[in-house]
Amino acid sequence: MIIPIVIIAIIVIIGIWVWALYNGLVRGRVRVQEAWSGIDVQLKRRSSLVPNLVETVKGYAAHEKEVFENVTKARSALMSAGDARSAAEANNQLTAALKTLFAVAENYPQLRASENFMQLQKELSDIEEKIAYSRQFYNTNVMDFNTKIKVFPNVLLANSFGFKPADFFAATESERADVRVSFK
Amino acid sequence: MSIYSEISANQRRTWLLMALFIIMVAAVVEVAAWLLGGGYEAGVIALIASALFVVFSYYASSSIVLNISRATEVKHDENPDLYHIVENLCIGAGLPTPKIYIIDDTAPNAFATGRDPQRAVVVVTKGLLQKLDKLELEGVIAHELSHIRNYDIRVMTITVVLIGLVALIADVTLRLTWFGAGRRRGGDRGAGAAIMLAIALIALILAPIAAQLIHLAISRRREYLADASGALLTRYPEGLARALEKISTDKEPLEAANKATAHLYIVNPLKDRGSFMNNLFSTHPPIQERVQRLRAM
Repeated sequence: MIIPIVIIAIIVIIGIWVWALYNGLVRGRVRVQEAWSGIDVQLKRRSSLVPNLVETVKGYAAHEKEVFENVTKARSALMSAGDARSAAEANNQLTAALKTLFAVAENYPQLRASENFMQLQKELSDIEEKIAYSRQFYNTNVMDFNTKIKVFPNVLLANSFGFKPADFFAATESERADVRVSFK
Repeated sequence: MSIYSEISANQRRTWLLMALFIIMVAAVVEVAAWLLGGGYEAGVIALIASALFVVFSYYASSSIVLNISRATEVKHDENPDLYHIVENLCIGAGLPTPKIYIIDDTAPNAFATGRDPQRAVVVVTKGLLQKLDKLELEGVIAHELSHIRNYDIRVMTITVVLIGLVALIADVTLRLTWFGAGRRRGGDRGAGAAIMLAIALIALILAPIAAQLIHLAISRRREYLADASGALLTRYPEGLARALEKISTDKEPLEAANKATAHLYIVNPLKDRGSFMNNLFSTHPPIQERVQRLRAM
């Protein structure tokens, strides 16, 4: 009589554990998605400012075609990016391209003095800071989630339920590397 | 301890504080009524009244705190730089952006209040904005945001109304009666002086009890914890360390702060360190120790 009760109790306990773990994993995944949408909002804001910026700079430095092309290319790559990894890469490209653009703008005193340009510059640097902070929040959540699905015994269940580790939103080499400015 | 257990511990502490307040007020009134030969009615009335007061203070304490601190709200366009700092750090912490209030005082200091992150308020003085650079200001704001995230603000704010005001009233009574007793040394009003002395005695007993309760509600560990998680948010402990040094070495007193609200501030705003009463109510860990811990990170 006692053995079946013990077996049933064990099954119930395991069932409750699986249930709690599954819900915890789902919550973790939702948190990661939420944090990602926080980055996404800022990336969209950034790419929507770019055309305006390009137009403003063009008004003073129309012949710097290569710079504009790079910025526009990076922007469209960012807009079409689907997942965290490619978005991070495109965003880093855009950062590099914008750095060149601002370096070029240094050579046009009138442009630097223009109200519109200064406003855009300020706004962009604020957005960049916001991206940095939302990246920090996202990466913290990703780390929590990835740890949760990789530790034993969670890993047994996470695998069979199909939970996959999320990608970090990393600052890659292109962001850290020096920007080379060409004056053609 | 994780942030979630920190939150539930704070919520428990708030409930405990409110229950204790109700029971203590009712008990004191009932004992007094019994000594004067009354029945249980006074105790029941006190029980209901103090329960109502607790409910009221749960909802109103943050506006009371803002009022007695003479803080006014600042909108995005009035100070966009400050707003962006708060907004950005909130993104990093995953918090909704709180309201920002400013105290028009040149003494640098800051605190946070509210009952949950959705209704939180960050308060800074004009002096803080003038005397700190951006990195230091970020450190201070991040410290306050950690208080918001941990629900420290709920316990700390309700403490102001439930215990701090008792302490404040006791303190003021004490001063008044001392002053009064000195003036009436002529001895023309014997009965009046005796009543005053009795009130002073009650105040003298009440003040240390209130102070002890504040210490129980607001542990020093809370400040260390907020320092640490603030530094984790900005990834730059040195900013907060420098800010703490600047705020604590500043000579100006903060007029709007008093014994009831002192425990809210990031650095003790009461400058009169020699005073026995001020030391009694000090819930702040020593600045050197905080700075040292930050620099060791």
